[in-house]
Amino acid sequence: MEFKGKAHKFGDDINTDYIISGRYKFKTLDMRELARHLMEDLDPDFYAKINKGDFIVAGKNFGCGSSREQAPLAIINADISAVIAKSFAGIFYRNAINTGLPLVECDTDLIEPGDQLEVSLSEGLLHIRSRDLQIPLTPLPAVMLKILADGGLVEHFKKYGTFNFD
Amino acid sequence: MGKTIAEKILSMKSNQDAKAGEIVIADLDFVMGQDGTSPLAIRVFKEMKGKRVFDPDRVAMVIDHSAPSPVEGVSALHKQMREFAQDQKIHFYDIGDGVCHQLLPEMGHVVPGHLVIGADSHTCTYGAINVFSTGVGSTDLAAGMISGKLWFKVPESIRLVLNGKLATGVYAKDLIIFLAGEITADGATYKAIEFVGEVIDTLSVDARFTICNMAVELGAKCGLMEADQKTESWVKQHSPLNFQPVFADHDADYAVIREYDLSNLEPQIALPHTVDNVSPISKVVGTNIDQGVIGTCTNGRLEDLRIAAEILKGKKIAANTRLIVAPASRAIFIAAVREGLIEALVEAGAAVVTPGCGPCVGTHNGVPADGENVISTANRNFKGRMGNNKASIFLASPATVAASMLRGSITDPREITG
Repeated sequence: MEFKGKAHKFGDDINTDYIISGRYKFKTLDMRELARHLMEDLDPDFYAKINKGDFIVAGKNFGCGSSREQAPLAIINADISAVIAKSFAGIFYRNAINTGLPLVECDTDLIEPGDQLEVSLSEGLLHIRSRDLQIPLTPLPAVMLKILADGGLVEHFKKYGTFNFD
Repeated sequence: MGKTIAEKILSMKSNQDAKAGEIVIADLDFVMGQDGTSPLAIRVFKEMKGKRVFDPDRVAMVIDHSAPSPVEGVSALHKQMREFAQDQKIHFYDIGDGVCHQLLPEMGHVVPGHLVIGADSHTCTYGAINVFSTGVGSTDLAAGMISGKLWFKVPESIRLVLNGKLATGVYAKDLIIFLAGEITADGATYKAIEFVGEVIDTLSVDARFTICNMAVELGAKCGLMEADQKTESWVKQHSPLNFQPVFADHDADYAVIREYDLSNLEPQIALPHTVDNVSPISKVVGTNIDQGVIGTCTNGRLEDLRIAAEILKGKKIAANTRLIVAPASRAIFIAAVREGLIEALVEAGAAVVTPGCGPCVGTHNGVPADGENVISTANRNFKGRMGNNKASIFLASPATVAASMLRGSITDPREITG
């Protein structure tokens, strides 16, 4: 899987309340509507700044907090192609892969806001085009690659009716 | 080499010899969703071509996050849950029954040695009664409801040995807030934590739930305790199910073992806006407080209400403050009424709301105003958590919240006699 887009940078410990506030998430299952409020408590204008395919870039422990799957779904529905972070919280990690949102784990210190990035999951590399820097990625576990390759856990279950990693 | 509690439970449930780092597909003993996550899980269940849940007696849905419904959109989602529960004949807990994490143990659905998933991050609570329980999202919940299984990466374990004796006025909540500061918000990511030692031995089962409830605030997949006599008698009072407690082997392999002597621990406060931003109370005494909250899946149990009522009985909360109390379940609410605890709290000035999550998740029941300070017994103080990103949340024990309400500022409960 290959992705291209601009970096929108955030800090460490971006929790699911920041990604999509409880003010909205309990009220609707309309994910396009929730997407409009993505990261609103950190940057009220964030949604308007996104171009299709852009990346959210963050520090450590991205997605900590609640188990709300609305968090990865709001990111997907805001047309973000992948989240790039130093590390991810456990529940968010599963939820993102299950819903088909690619996660990229690598050192993000060198990435500046607005950088044009290219990510190749197959090659395991992130390329900062503006400064011609390459950063190696931590590979996803095989089970998660399989779910992601199937298009998420819904498609996996539609195909096999249960878990099948053989 | 021996095994940790997590390795043993996942080995039993997957029928293989599982060690940390391995991937297993394991049988689930119980599966739960609440009203923030179930509606999406129901949609995914249908998308996955699910027909019937794997075993209606092993699935529950709970309406606790917005209960009763504050707006039409939520009412529609609640209706979907009621219809799904009726159709599938699963266990269903409606408004006023309580918080999911109190109900699952209290109603006897989960017992020592079980493997449980819940679509709520604080599902780790039942580790206090020796259950491997962990939070998942709606898609994993749907997959679990259909297949009765889930894949797990067997976590490494961190063993925290808690020695000494907690001083008067210092509680389980102070202990786990202290540990959040020590381990930090991602210090236990992808790992299980085993809590052991003299301090745990002396705590009630109610207090142990408070500790395991917040394991996820340290990043952990689950927090586990071994079952002792207290656990066994508590579980037998609540559940007819047979169970086999699981103990760690003496030669089990741990990622880290840390020992603490907690005899000198003072009450602790998690300051805005992260749970690991921890201070001993002495450094923040006198901070102005506008609203107090006693309740939630962390500290809404009978013991917590007793502690608060003892401090507030016959007194009044300070002028220009308000106190919201949410018992964790209907059974706790009834017991607190019979003991006179609710009378004492209401006479002191508290507003009692429906058993459930109360104002903790920012949906209703007490959203703070811009610039206000809230002191709460909940488990999270993220910016915006209670529905306003311009308010600040301080986390503390029920005793500290009650004492602080008397003065309208953060107060060490040891200064207030009951």
